[in-house]
Amino acid sequence: MSPPTISAAGPSPRAPSHAADRTFRWAALLAAMSIFVLIGLVGWELYAGSRLSIQKFGLNFLGSTTWDPVADQYGALPFIFGTLVSSLIALAIAVPLGVATALFLTEMAPQRIRQPVITVIEMLAAVPSVIFGLWGIFVLIPWLRDHFFQWLKSTLGFLPLFQGPIYGVSMLAGGIIVAIMILPIVTSVSREILRSVPNLQREAAYALGATHWEVIRIAVLSYARRGIFGAAVLGLGRALGETMAVTMVIGNRPDIKASLFAPGYTLASVVANEFAEATTDLYLNSLFELGLVLVLLTVLVNGAAQFMLRQLAGPGSGKIA
Amino acid sequence: MTDALACRPTPGYARWRAWKSKGMTVLLGLCAIAVAAPLFLVIYFLVHEGASALDWSFFTQLPKPTGEAGGGMAHAIVGTLVLLAMAACVGVPVGVMGGIYLAEYGSDRTSYWTRFAADVLNGVPSIVWGMVAWAMLVVPFKTFSAYAGGVALGLMMIPLVMRTTEEVLILVPQSYREAALALGIERWKIVLVIVVKTAMKGIVTGVLVALARVAGETAPLLFTALGNNFWSGNLSEPIAALPLQIFSYAISPYDDWHRQAWAGALVLMLLILSLNLLVRFLSRGKSTT
Repeated sequence: MSPPTISAAGPSPRAPSHAADRTFRWAALLAAMSIFVLIGLVGWELYAGSRLSIQKFGLNFLGSTTWDPVADQYGALPFIFGTLVSSLIALAIAVPLGVATALFLTEMAPQRIRQPVITVIEMLAAVPSVIFGLWGIFVLIPWLRDHFFQWLKSTLGFLPLFQGPIYGVSMLAGGIIVAIMILPIVTSVSREILRSVPNLQREAAYALGATHWEVIRIAVLSYARRGIFGAAVLGLGRALGETMAVTMVIGNRPDIKASLFAPGYTLASVVANEFAEATTDLYLNSLFELGLVLVLLTVLVNGAAQFMLRQLAGPGSGKIA
Repeated sequence: MTDALACRPTPGYARWRAWKSKGMTVLLGLCAIAVAAPLFLVIYFLVHEGASALDWSFFTQLPKPTGEAGGGMAHAIVGTLVLLAMAACVGVPVGVMGGIYLAEYGSDRTSYWTRFAADVLNGVPSIVWGMVAWAMLVVPFKTFSAYAGGVALGLMMIPLVMRTTEEVLILVPQSYREAALALGIERWKIVLVIVVKTAMKGIVTGVLVALARVAGETAPLLFTALGNNFWSGNLSEPIAALPLQIFSYAISPYDDWHRQAWAGALVLMLLILSLNLLVRFLSRGKSTT
């Protein structure tokens, strides 16, 4: 690395190569590389922390349904199941609603109501997880238990998904609260995508005599399909890692049940609940391994989403999402 | 997909298409209302349930033992501020310097991958930062501490601050740098005195956004800061934080504590909203849509 450089930031004609210059540059480089150090740190600490359980259980850890701290037997399947199911419920709710809202905001809403709605959605993103959890326990759960779940059971009760006793705290409640929490990100990323659809697309469809909705369906939605998929994957990445609100409403029972009314447990919430009281080394190591599984899942999903969105946007333009 | 546009020029069909279009507008509008509704519901209940438990003693007193009415969360409010200050000490220097590197020095390829890594890191669940900080700072020192909590939050801030800093530095016109270089000013002085100073408002905004985001985090503090029902005299002791206090009160079986949890949530929400308002105030004038 030769000190007088011509950098990406600008054509610098032979900057004087003083020691201060070099020191500053190195300090900045070090700070930027901290990102990779952090990634390594997360991976290493989680791996180091779970070594015992990796040795003891091997791959069986992922497939075993037993989670029994008393017998010192641990398996991750109920938590992986709970994480995936609650996240998929959240996606099933948040993607259609989020995309619809984004469409409304970019294509249909009168100019003067756009900004207020956008502000409200941005504020929704700022509400902390624990406050959603509090609201979930005392407002959402009682309402779901006494009204919505009863209605679901009486109308769709023939499906195994909606059978069994209703406690309130449940996989479905967890999915609903996560849906509320990922809606802002799904909406705002979809909005970015829709805004990048060229107006020529819309004009061409209008010229063919399409109605407003037909323009959206034919010219806008089909053009933005891949980007919206990226937004959904990004939402999934967020949903997988949601911790506090889910912990407070999902019921925290490591069972695999077909019914969405049954309590569940997620990777993040078992760590939140049991980490501080893990009594044996193996117990603690198993919790760390759950953390490792969670990180691998989220990094994979997030990486894929970032990759997809960047492909669409071109290098250098990815927004923080 | 072309059936809708196929030539079926009967007036009835045209009317149906027009109605369908109107109907979809209404439907999408309803979806937008459904998305916005939870914010109003949450705020309504925060004010409705929380305001009654909010009095002077809430801000000045420690929690009372179970069964005794009254008491407050003064220690948790201070604890949250202390943790945020520590998080800023970790996250801001590293984040800002990293952003400077990406904007001013990095080659296109290193910057691209660093950005990519920062965005992926942003998606790491917050509970995981708690585990990492626990393994790094709680196990070696054999005690839960404010330090561990502050570092956990600080690490979360790094990628956020780095990305926003970079974004605002890029907006500084290239001619500023060229003019300064032409005067023979050293590069690091140009960056600090001219580029960073020009973009200062944007950088501060980014830091506030990051602070607002970590202020409400509970999961990274669960087994690092741990929480505390008394004043912490020392940063190497467990420290209380509003989100932790809200969580433990919310899942407790006592009505009194539930009321306190709502009040705490109201205070936390006000703290975060005021940070966000400050952000809006600082970035007004810039187009946000």
